[in-house]
This record gives sequence, structure tokens and C-alpha cells, in this order.
Amino acid sequence: MTSIADRIAQPPVGTTDAIAPAAAAAAPAISFPAVGERELRLDLFRGLALWLIFIDHLPPNLLTWLTLRNYGFSDATEIFIFISGYTAAFVYGRAMEQAGFVVATARILRRAWQIYVAHVFLFTIFLAEISYVASSFENPLYSEEMGIMDFLKQPDVTIVQALLLRFRPVNMDVLPLYIVLMLFLPLILWLMRWKADVTLMLSVALYAITWKYDLYLTAYPNGYWAFNPLAWQLLFVFGAWCALGGARRMSAILSSPVTLWISAAYLFAAFCVTLTWYVPQLGHMLPHWLEQWMYPIDKTDLDVLRFAHFLALAALTVHFVPSNWPGLKSPWLRPLILCGQHSLEIFCLGVFLAFAGHFVLAEVGGGALLHFVISLSGILIMCAVAWVISWYKHAADKSAPRKGAGGNADMAGGG
Amino acid sequence: MRANFGPILGLIVLAGIFAAGSARGEDAAESCDVPSYLLTNESALPKVADAIKSGGTLEVLVLGSRSSTIATSEASAYPGRLQAILRDRFPSIKVNVSLELQPKKTAEEVTSGLAKLMEGKKPTLVIWQTGTVDAIRSVDPDDFRSAVDEGVTALQNAGADVILINPQYSPRTETMISMPPYLDNMRAVAQQHDIPLFDRFAIMRQWNDSGDFDLFSASHGIELAKRVHDCLGHALSEFVIAAAHLDPAQQN
Repeated sequence: MTSIADRIAQPPVGTTDAIAPAAAAAAPAISFPAVGERELRLDLFRGLALWLIFIDHLPPNLLTWLTLRNYGFSDATEIFIFISGYTAAFVYGRAMEQAGFVVATARILRRAWQIYVAHVFLFTIFLAEISYVASSFENPLYSEEMGIMDFLKQPDVTIVQALLLRFRPVNMDVLPLYIVLMLFLPLILWLMRWKADVTLMLSVALYAITWKYDLYLTAYPNGYWAFNPLAWQLLFVFGAWCALGGARRMSAILSSPVTLWISAAYLFAAFCVTLTWYVPQLGHMLPHWLEQWMYPIDKTDLDVLRFAHFLALAALTVHFVPSNWPGLKSPWLRPLILCGQHSLEIFCLGVFLAFAGHFVLAEVGGGALLHFVISLSGILIMCAVAWVISWYKHAADKSAPRKGAGGNADMAGGG
Repeated sequence: MRANFGPILGLIVLAGIFAAGSARGEDAAESCDVPSYLLTNESALPKVADAIKSGGTLEVLVLGSRSSTIATSEASAYPGRLQAILRDRFPSIKVNVSLELQPKKTAEEVTSGLAKLMEGKKPTLVIWQTGTVDAIRSVDPDDFRSAVDEGVTALQNAGADVILINPQYSPRTETMISMPPYLDNMRAVAQQHDIPLFDRFAIMRQWNDSGDFDLFSASHGIELAKRVHDCLGHALSEFVIAAAHLDPAQQN
């Protein structure tokens, strides 16, 4: 889902991304990186989102309790799509400025193609897994659930539908969403360069219309896209809007204590509501009218409560983690940042590792300890691979200056 | 949590079948405790309470799907167990549990056939188990919700108390079937109608987590299914009694 930047686009970008270094230093809000420096917070939080998504894709275990979705309405997906919109607009917006609309569009489409290929690759792995389960698992307790294998009876239709992005197994919904968003990125950027605020308003309008008229994309064999692109585009466009100057203009609002208190209060309220999901004994403490009004909190259409939760989280985060936060240079956070810098590769790896981890758990059995070990080794593998990719890019790209986290060729936004 | 898994399990199960045989089913009830919050709720079952208090007939209809049964062992599935346990608890009244199977039907398909299905039947209580087929086919959760909503209304209009049962917890297929939207929507419908929801999903997950059952098991045998259904029958009967606000001791 995630990664945005086009590799060829990078070297020129890295050297020219000088937008308002002063603003970056002064404003606590999300802002453009200073000259020659990458916004490490984006990488950090995207890396974090990747880890959380991986853990959430495994069966519930000890580490699952550390993931965001247990403490509020929004989860790692929101972070991911927002940062993706931000970095995509940043990288390709610049490309559009320098090379023109056509060339930038070509680069964006090339990136969309890469994501598509990654999706098909993951689908192949999924197919192998599900076929194995279908042929080996006949617990009579679950004969009804085995109905999920029915699509194997028509592999021709299934595979074509998968190639059309209409058949998406569980946990494989994010890349198709990302592909669609990328396909519309040229239009979004073109509009943004014309009038950024109008574009954001159009995006809000599309979101509202989607809710009002219940618009959705159909899926195969029936149903709908689990992440409705017509609704989720709001986060993506909002990210792009922030990248193209919106964040700077919002920084006064973002750093005001009123915003911070409202955000904190909302996060606390959301936490209390979430608590009733996991401690059902508390369920009756929630007023009935509130339940009626609030539920269901819809992930498919990016419920407003989720969006607001993400905004509150983001407001607090940019306040407490300023872009000059020394921790960003700490070796302890380096693995996270590296993962965030190679997000497409690491995302795909994470989905694969989740499949593999599930498989090991099912075949070998074992208790909570093994579960924990699998989660942990998955994260270690993700870090190691991110490090290798990073190393390879350093080695391959000899012309790039070699300095710290910022020296990487695909740093400026995406990788 | 699943320490007894592996190749050894096969042997243990085999040994268990030979050694323990029928004893297993009876012991099972003790090894599958359900936390009380999963068995209590604020909604009531007035018609069930009336039927039992007046000493009449308690006619229960289970509106189920494949997971309401065990392929070759109908009587040991949870509806059969429910009947046996209720008859045992309330010897003074007549208890009948009948099963209406709607395999491979979504909630919407079941709802549209309800009028015909309820013709000539006067159940005191309808236990509607649904959600799995909708989740497998990833039916739009909004459509699912309105179908369940409509179905519950129809059943209530037919004069029955209604209990909803949600899907099974199935760790093997967790990466393939996305349950949460369907679980959430069933809970929402139950809240809206103020009817009890038997949270089969949470109960089975609890058993799996606590090690009472190894639901990951790839075992082809029928023993596990029988034990789980026996426990479900026990839990469900307790749930019904709690929701009807009855003290079984008084009825004897």
C-alpha cells in the first residue's frame, strides 16, 4: 500500500526539496524537510504502521495488545494512507513542477504498475496457502467455514477477477486501494497545483456524496471493496494537501492548546469506548443513545469517527514529536525508519510473513510463547530486509552522497 | 495454549477414543467454563418465561446453518444437546427443540423465506444462527444488517422470542474470512431490538485461548466437534435460562 516514490524520481528530488526550512524549524506541524534532509517522522510512523499491520494480520496474541486499534477507532491503515498521500504528493508534485504533467503522470503510472505486480505476487502466495488448507483441513466442526474454498472450483474466473482487482482475499485489500488512489494521483496533483483548497473541498464533497448515496465498488463474487476508495481518498488527498503547504498553514491551529486539549479529550473518549469492546462487563455503562448513534463504526467507508480519531492522533503526534526531535537520530528507532523508507517491499513482506506465521502456528502448534517468537522474528526479518535494501541502494547508487539516514537515493519520500 | 498439539496429538486422540470413549462427552461440560458475562444479558425472554412458569410447552426452533449440526451425528450437535439439557432441567414441562437448516443461505435469503418457513409453526423461542455465509461471501455489512433486522422483526411478529447466535470462532480460516463487520452488525441489531445475542464467537475463542479446546486442530475426527457442541449446548441452555430470568430450582 504504501510506498510511493518512484525510484527514478528521487535523485533530483533529494537535492531540491528546499521548502521553507525556517518554517520546518519553527512550526511544530508537519512541514517540509529542510534542505537535504528528509522528514524522518514520516518514515518513522510509516514504519510503525507497517509493524502494526503485520501484527494485526497475525492471529491475536500478546503483541496484538500493543497495536493501535485496541485503543481507539482508527488503526495503522489510516496512518499509512495519510503518509502515502503526503509523500506521493511531495515526490510527484515536485516531478510535475520540474518535468511537466505528462512525465510525472508516466512515473506515477509506473509506480502503480509496480504495486499491481506486488499485489498479484501476494495473491499467488495466498492461493497456494488456501489451496493447501483446502486439501488438508477437514475438521468436521468447521465444514461450514470451508465454504470459503468454493472459489477454488472455478479457478479461471477467480484468477481473472483477481487480476481485475475484484476478487481480494482478506488482508489483501490495501494494495488495490492504493493502486486506485495512485491512478487518480495525476488528476489530484493537477488540481492541487491549480487550487489546493478547492481540491480538498472536492475531496470532502466526494466523501460526503459517497456516504449520502452509499456509493461503492463491487467485488467478486459479491459484496464490495473492503476499503472504499471513494471514501478513503479523503485521507490520501488530505495528506497531499498537507504536503503541498496545508500543514504549514495549519500549524498555528495545530499548535494551539485548544486543539491539543480537544484532541486529547477525544482520544480519551475513544479509548473509553474501545474499552467496552474488550471488557464487555463495562458494556452497560455506555448510554444507549450513544451506542445507537455511534455504531457501527464503519471501516469500509472511513467513518467520520475514525477520521477524527486519526486527526486527533496526528495533532498530538506532531506536537510531541517535533521534526527536530533528537530521538529520530537514535539507533533504536533506526529499524522503524528503515522499514518506513522501503514501504512497498516491507508491506508485501509483512503480508507474506503473516501468511507464513499463520501457517507455522497452524502446523506446529505451540503456545503463546511461540506466537510471540513468530511475531518478533517477523519484525526482525522486516528490519533486516529493509536494511539490506537500503544497503543495496547505497552500493548501487554510487553517485548519491552517503550520509546518515538522508543519504539514500529514495529518501525523499517514498521508497 | 496449545501445548498438546503436534504429531503426538493424533496418538493422544486415538488413545483417548479407546480409553475414554463415551466418558469424554460427559466430562466435557466441566472443562469448558464460560465467563459469566458471556452468559448474562439485560434483554429478556418473556414468552419463554411464561411458558415455563405456566407449565406449558416450550417450543424452540433453531434456525441454523451447517455449523448447527455435525455431519454424521445429528443428536450430539448443540440443538440436540440443548433439548436434552432443557428437558433435564425442567422435567415438569414439555420441551421440544426442532432444527430448521438453511445451509448456504445468506441472512437475506433466509429472511425472504421466513414467512413460508414459519407457516403453521408457533415456536415460543426462535434461535437464529447466522452470519457465516454472509462473511464467506463478503455480503455488504449494511445489507446484512438490514436483513437480520428484518428477519428479527418478522420472527417477533410471528409471536416468538428471538435469540441471535453469531458465527463460530475459526482460527484456521481467520486469514480468509473477515468476521468482525458481521459480528459488530449482529450485536447492533440485538441491541436495537433489545434481544439476547449468544456470542458463540467470543465463547469459542475463550475456550481456544484458555486451552480447553484446540480449535486449530486439523484433526479429521468427529470427537472435537462433539465435545464443542456439547459445551455449546450447555452454555446456550444456561444463557436461555438466565435471559428468561428463571431459577430452575424453583421449577422442579
